Amino acid sequence: MNDMRFTERAVVEDKKIAAKGVQVYYGSNHAIKDVNVDILDKTVTAFIGPSGCGKSTFLRCINRMNDTIDIARVEGDILLDGEDIYDAKVDPVQLRAKVGMVFQKPNPFPKSIYDNVAYGPRIHGLARTKADLDEIVEKSLRRAALWDEAKDRLEQPGTGLSGGQQQRLCIARAVATSPEVLLMDEPCSALDPIATAQVEELIDELRERFSVVIVTHSMQQAARVSQRTAFFHLGELVEYGETGQIFTNPEDPRTESYITGRIG
Amino acid sequence: MTDASIAGAAPEPKKSSLLVQDARTRKRNAAEARFRMYGLGAVCTGILALVLLLASILSNGLSSFQQTYITLEVALPADKLDKNGNRDRAEMAKVSTFGYQPLIAAAMEQKMTARGISVEGLSAKDAAGLVSKEAPAQLRNFVLANPDVLDTTRTFEFLASGRVDGYYKGRVSMETAQLDKNISPEQLQLADILLEEGTLETRFNWRFFTAPDASGQRPEAAGLGVAILGSFYMMLVVLCLALPIGVATSIYLEEFAPKNRITDLIEVNISNLAAVPSIVFGILGLAIFINFAGLPQSAPIVGGLVLTLMTLPTIIISTRASLKSVPPSIRDAALGVGASKMQSVFHHVLPLAAPGILTGTIIGLAQALGETAPLLLIGMVAFVREYPAAPPEGFFDPASALPVQIYNWTQRSDPAFVERASGAIIVLLAFLLVMNAIAILLRRKFERRW
Amino acid sequence: MPVLWLVIAVLLLAAAGYVAGRQRALTSAGNDPRDLHSLPSYYGSHVFIKTAVPALIAMMLWLLVQPLVIESRISNVIPDTAISADTTRSLVMADVRRVAEGLNLAVNQGAMSAEDAARVRADTTDVRERLGEVGIALGSDVEPYVLQAAQSYRALSAAMSTWMTLFVAALAIAGCAIGLMRTRKDFRARNVVEAAILALLMLASTIAILTTLGIILSMLFETRNFFQQYPWHDFFFGLTWSPSFSGRGGASQLGIVPLLWGTLYISFIALLVAVPIGLFAAIYMSEYASPKARAVAKPLIEILAGIPTIVYGLFALITVGPLLRDYFAQPMGLGESASSVMTAGIVMGIMLIPFVSSLSDDIINAVPQAMRDGSLGLGATQSETIKQVIVPAALPGIVGAILLAASRAIGETMIVVLGAGAAAKLDLNPFEAMTTVTVKIVSQLTGDTDFASAETLVAFALGLTLFVITLGLNVLALYIVRKYREQYE
Repeated sequence: MNDMRFTERAVVEDKKIAAKGVQVYYGSNHAIKDVNVDILDKTVTAFIGPSGCGKSTFLRCINRMNDTIDIARVEGDILLDGEDIYDAKVDPVQLRAKVGMVFQKPNPFPKSIYDNVAYGPRIHGLARTKADLDEIVEKSLRRAALWDEAKDRLEQPGTGLSGGQQQRLCIARAVATSPEVLLMDEPCSALDPIATAQVEELIDELRERFSVVIVTHSMQQAARVSQRTAFFHLGELVEYGETGQIFTNPEDPRTESYITGRIG
Repeated sequence: MTDASIAGAAPEPKKSSLLVQDARTRKRNAAEARFRMYGLGAVCTGILALVLLLASILSNGLSSFQQTYITLEVALPADKLDKNGNRDRAEMAKVSTFGYQPLIAAAMEQKMTARGISVEGLSAKDAAGLVSKEAPAQLRNFVLANPDVLDTTRTFEFLASGRVDGYYKGRVSMETAQLDKNISPEQLQLADILLEEGTLETRFNWRFFTAPDASGQRPEAAGLGVAILGSFYMMLVVLCLALPIGVATSIYLEEFAPKNRITDLIEVNISNLAAVPSIVFGILGLAIFINFAGLPQSAPIVGGLVLTLMTLPTIIISTRASLKSVPPSIRDAALGVGASKMQSVFHHVLPLAAPGILTGTIIGLAQALGETAPLLLIGMVAFVREYPAAPPEGFFDPASALPVQIYNWTQRSDPAFVERASGAIIVLLAFLLVMNAIAILLRRKFERRW
Repeated sequence: MPVLWLVIAVLLLAAAGYVAGRQRALTSAGNDPRDLHSLPSYYGSHVFIKTAVPALIAMMLWLLVQPLVIESRISNVIPDTAISADTTRSLVMADVRRVAEGLNLAVNQGAMSAEDAARVRADTTDVRERLGEVGIALGSDVEPYVLQAAQSYRALSAAMSTWMTLFVAALAIAGCAIGLMRTRKDFRARNVVEAAILALLMLASTIAILTTLGIILSMLFETRNFFQQYPWHDFFFGLTWSPSFSGRGGASQLGIVPLLWGTLYISFIALLVAVPIGLFAAIYMSEYASPKARAVAKPLIEILAGIPTIVYGLFALITVGPLLRDYFAQPMGLGESASSVMTAGIVMGIMLIPFVSSLSDDIINAVPQAMRDGSLGLGATQSETIKQVIVPAALPGIVGAILLAASRAIGETMIVVLGAGAAAKLDLNPFEAMTTVTVKIVSQLTGDTDFASAETLVAFALGLTLFVITLGLNVLALYIVRKYREQYE
């Protein structure tokens, strides 16, 4: 485990999301059991754990993507800046503008690169003029480190890009709505190592402006990009803390087993 | 990766509470609700159209299952019907239905005087007008079949005329009778008296299912017998031809055909044939089967052949789908124990695909049963009163078909035929319902998940 | 039915061959089936196939060719003088056939002896009356040359039938003998039988091609006949459709333009009804409806697809037509006719709803869930996702579905026959009765017109035009849909 270099930047102790006693059921299946977690602002938080442990399910709770699954039911409170996002008065549409999401497989829309990035600002009405929109698109593409590659082909379809470029396009698309939190569901699992490295570097940059939550299969990746790590196992949050501490000195034996490769 | 960090120019997004919807979100949500309503409206419109369609057909057609009958005792004098008195059928046949008409009038008059019924301004001849024009023919057929009934008085049950029948179904009223030369209000009054007295009654109309078609003046006698039989013959032809040919084609294409241009051509061909307008098949039938091959017009065999060609694509497409759904492991297992390719297909794959094939076939047959346009072109519109003979000769006899009979009736002027046509549609839909129900049951029962 | 008996005889011989072949194979292996190359039943089947298949194929070919040969021989017998101005060779031939059939029937019923029938002469016997007795009614007295031709017709067909019987029987017996001779224990019967079955399967699969070929050739042939009588440019560019009813040509104007106009106008209205309703219904059912609502609504709407078009036709005739006339056309002063473009268009639109909705439903469901997630994850509402992501992604497929629906609408017959009217008009008023290509095909081919006249033959030209238009639409639509499917597979 030599390549685990722990980031040693100062962590801002500013609570962005607070989850209290979250339970998720898929039909009769109890997928998330009583999870309590505080996610900090301007921090990269990694969710790790064996597949099927509920880390992606929990991630989808944070911007209420589980609403789109008919049989899913969420209990407990998730507070964003102190407001309960499952409150009846909350519109998931407004919530998702604040809490963006990047998915496992790059899923650019079958539109031009420009339209892909401009999609969010357009539906949320963030740009008043065409110039505004151009600016947002450029800025987002720059943030996603895609501007240099894409600036000459903005009118070409986003589906024509390579896998890594597509994923960065999706990140640019998510960034374009100026979210406060960015959720990433295994953003690198469909990418090759070089593209993965680019995306990881990008995640680190994004931390300056957003709170980033990333679900990952790869412990190395969690160690490389995150400041805090949560370990999920069988729907429970086993351990949550500073990344360095989780990886070097886990408190729970299950965490240790996973990190040393005995379960997973 | 330096360009990612320049940025910063954009103002920080305004902090807004999640609990308060801003104006834009409200607008967007309203648009969302509207869009959803459009969708719901579309679904409801579709269902409403279905309901309207069925309601219109049912309300017009259900009454055709009821029919008004008049019971009369008719004297059958031998001196009128068999002048030479030797009971020779050939001679008796020379008395046409006109010779029988007065007997019915007499019977009616006798009944009225016996019961003391009279309606002002109604002659005996008019009174006999309550009875269908079909009645003399019915009487004549009965006498010719049983010559020894002559010189006796027999009780007959005659159809009431179409207008009287319509009076009890709400199609004819005293007001319309005033303007109608086929019926007068007085006749309807008489009908009411006869009804009270039990001579006239309305009950279930079995003849509708068995009787042949009747001419435009006597809708009350028209039935679906020949049409049902003709449709049945055609379905037999379709089943006997389309099923084996369709299955053979599918087996070849799915299991044996090499992937080459010819196979491609056949496949494109089949999917196109499935979308060729049905009337084009009628033109094909007329040109090839009737004009070229010299098969008789209006014959179920020609209709069956045309419908076979139309149904083939449906059967082939569903058969191929069910062959495809049999997993390759079954074929491998059979080949693995030394079966030939042909044996593996006929012993294992085909039996497993059979339920799917059967379902597809039934659905194809149901389509064929309701098809009208091509049958018009091959002469099935002809007026046919004779039942076709038993197969195989019957396949070559003129016959009608259910949907064509419906079309035929819509072309007649007497409104009573609209009722008949709607009734025939109910019969047709009932057949289709049964066939589809069987298909669904088969699918439920044998559905297999691999 | 001698042909039927012949078939039965051949099949009986083949069945006997089956038993004999099976037995012979077993005997050659010393009654030990294990020594045989194939299962015993294959040896039997081999003989069966050798006996029946060539004989039956030969018989079918013979039956196809025989009438052609007889026709050409007999029509040579008819003197040219008999072909006068008001008749054609084919009409005379029809008379000849009727007389010949009548004579056959008379012999069968015992009304005439076989010799009488062969000897009967028009100048000595009243043939018409004698045939009338057996139920063959002739329109006029029988001309001597017709009777003569009919007699040689009978003689020729009797002789050819005898020859056919002999030929087919010989072929069956020879096939049976060859099959039996080759039956030995080392003979690879299974391979031969399977090859034969494969050939049969291949033969079956050519029927699809033959059907298309038959459609095209029959229509091309008759269309060519039509264009020999009627100039093609008048047909394609003529603005008037008014066939003369005398059936003797000259005065008829047979321009397709008004018919095409009616067809397209009605189809357009039908699509105007079907596309929005079908598309919105598909969107609602695939994106919004709960599984329960979907399980109820989807089959209900698909019932519409299973209802025969004649039912829609009657619906147009007795319900929709009068309704539109009484509540829209008459109050607005737009027309007095119950059958109109609107009537046919609306009813046809209803018929097409399930067609559009189930195709679009499939296509919308083929759009990957990742697209929806991506859009919803950005905070789009469901309708924004549908309008801006799903529909554009599914657009090619939806266009394909609409093209297929258009092809349906253009080729639809019964609804327009009952709902649109029969007057060929170039008009814009949708409450006016107009007519379509399909209506005119039906009316030109079901009337009592002479089959060789331009008024009848025009139906084939109309049919060919219709076929070409719908084929073009179908090919285009299937191509688009296929390309679309590949994109997401």
